[in-house]
Amino acid sequence: MFNLSYKTQRILILFGFLLIPVLLSLTFTYIPAASLLYFSFTDWTGLGWEMNWVGLDNYKEIFSRPEIFGVFKNNAYYFVGGLIQTAISLYFAVILTNRLKGRNFFRVMLFLPYVLHSVAVVIMFRNVYHAEYGSLNIFLDAVGLNSWQQEWLGNPSLVNISLAFISMWKFMGLNMVIFIGAMQSIPSDLYEAAKIDGANSWQSFRFITLPSINGVVQLMLIMSLAGSLEAFDTPYIMMKGANDTSTFVIQTVEMAFKFQKAGLASAMAVVLLIMVCILIGIQKLIFKEEK
Amino acid sequence: MEVRPPLWVTLAKYISLLAAMFVVLFPIYSIFVGAFKTKEEYYQSGLGLPQDWFNFDNFSRVYEVGKLGLGFKNILIILVITLIGNIILGTMVAYALGRFDFKLKKLIMGMYLMATFIPMVTTQVATFTVVKELGLYNNLGAPILIYLGADVLQITIYLQFIRNIPKDLDESAMVEGASLFKIYRSIIFPLLTPATATLLILKTISVYNDFYTPYLYMPSQDLRVVSTALYAFIGPNAAQFNVISAGILIIFIPTVIVFLFMQRYIFSGVTSGAVK
Repeated sequence: MFNLSYKTQRILILFGFLLIPVLLSLTFTYIPAASLLYFSFTDWTGLGWEMNWVGLDNYKEIFSRPEIFGVFKNNAYYFVGGLIQTAISLYFAVILTNRLKGRNFFRVMLFLPYVLHSVAVVIMFRNVYHAEYGSLNIFLDAVGLNSWQQEWLGNPSLVNISLAFISMWKFMGLNMVIFIGAMQSIPSDLYEAAKIDGANSWQSFRFITLPSINGVVQLMLIMSLAGSLEAFDTPYIMMKGANDTSTFVIQTVEMAFKFQKAGLASAMAVVLLIMVCILIGIQKLIFKEEK
Repeated sequence: MEVRPPLWVTLAKYISLLAAMFVVLFPIYSIFVGAFKTKEEYYQSGLGLPQDWFNFDNFSRVYEVGKLGLGFKNILIILVITLIGNIILGTMVAYALGRFDFKLKKLIMGMYLMATFIPMVTTQVATFTVVKELGLYNNLGAPILIYLGADVLQITIYLQFIRNIPKDLDESAMVEGASLFKIYRSIIFPLLTPATATLLILKTISVYNDFYTPYLYMPSQDLRVVSTALYAFIGPNAAQFNVISAGILIIFIPTVIVFLFMQRYIFSGVTSGAVK
């Protein structure tokens, strides 16, 4: 670019810098999203390109077959897990923001699960939960709590809780570090002033910490709600959706790639997409209002 | 003057911290000791320490049969290209959108904003057809292009960051006659380094961990990455807990090492990545 006017350079830069990224985004985000919408109105099998327009039939099927929408009850386990995880991580964030010996060591330790490989973590928990040789039951036996031993993955009323626990185990530290980051930006003279006014630590938490990080807490809650709607990896890798652990995304994937009902699967994906968009939309609105 | 909290409060804090640490470390401990045990030993010794800490049979077995070497090679190729691509394309977009006003700017900005709304998992049924039509099925290019095209984290982070780089810098460089490309390369790009560091960490973790994309688009045995290799290995070997433990441990090691060395960057990285 020698001796070109800035006007020409500008055009070259804008064109050259944006063309490829925009094409990539169109190809892998917008074309799929648009074709998803189109497929959802057809009876496409996913094989070949033959398809007939069926109007709203797929959507009607989703809402009239209780087993399709019913799996959301399994997604609910992940959401409740997310709520508990948010509460626990808030607690540890408070402890580890204040002065405490070994603070950094504990931060590193509690964050550790987040950096571990996700598939390997699920498989690790398979070894932990195994009814006979799993380390959890062996441990319970060793400390004399035999009566607490369970078939963690075999018992239908426990299996989803066992699975949801894995997500909590993995993501608690991440939430905690995000909360710590938010808490560190609260000016410390606020706390000192409160102390002079005779506030106890619960009161400082309730009236200083919580209001200051309100936005981040909401963000985490909405994210865990969206995350629970999209739960896939853990139940799929561990159980392939067996023993009533299927989630909405597992069902969508199986509908498309196993049962060759790509039209119906597309409609399911559109329904999920709309739900997630509404959630994120709500979050953006709340977040904007506070800023 | 510092008022010390009562002893029982401090004690309760430490007890809860130690309990949490136990919950975190217990599963890791159990696969750590399990990885060094023989098959019989594994089923007899429970949670005890292995007899022979130098028994690496399980490691070599899972590495060979489970094709972990191949998995590491493939994921490394994907990672390097994805990271370089993300940094170059991300900084370019941020420069174009952050420094110039033009007709389509609002549209493109809106496009990236909208894309943050669309979760990747949901659109895969349709992405699948795009990948097939482009001839990328069973090709390392599929995950690379998907990570480059469908994930817009880099754009949001860079755009956020470029706003804080004063425009005076560009202007004084222009007075000295620098070309716009030179401004991008020698002013904007270097000043975006902190954002790049954040991005490198977040992307490495998410790409290394991703199971869904390679599983869906690269079922070929030769294209296994770490996550799909491990998944394929447990299928026929489900009972060999000791060997599987060794595999898990091998896969854990790279990110743990990165984490321990780059703790501080990771902590600030996840904080800024999440809130923005």
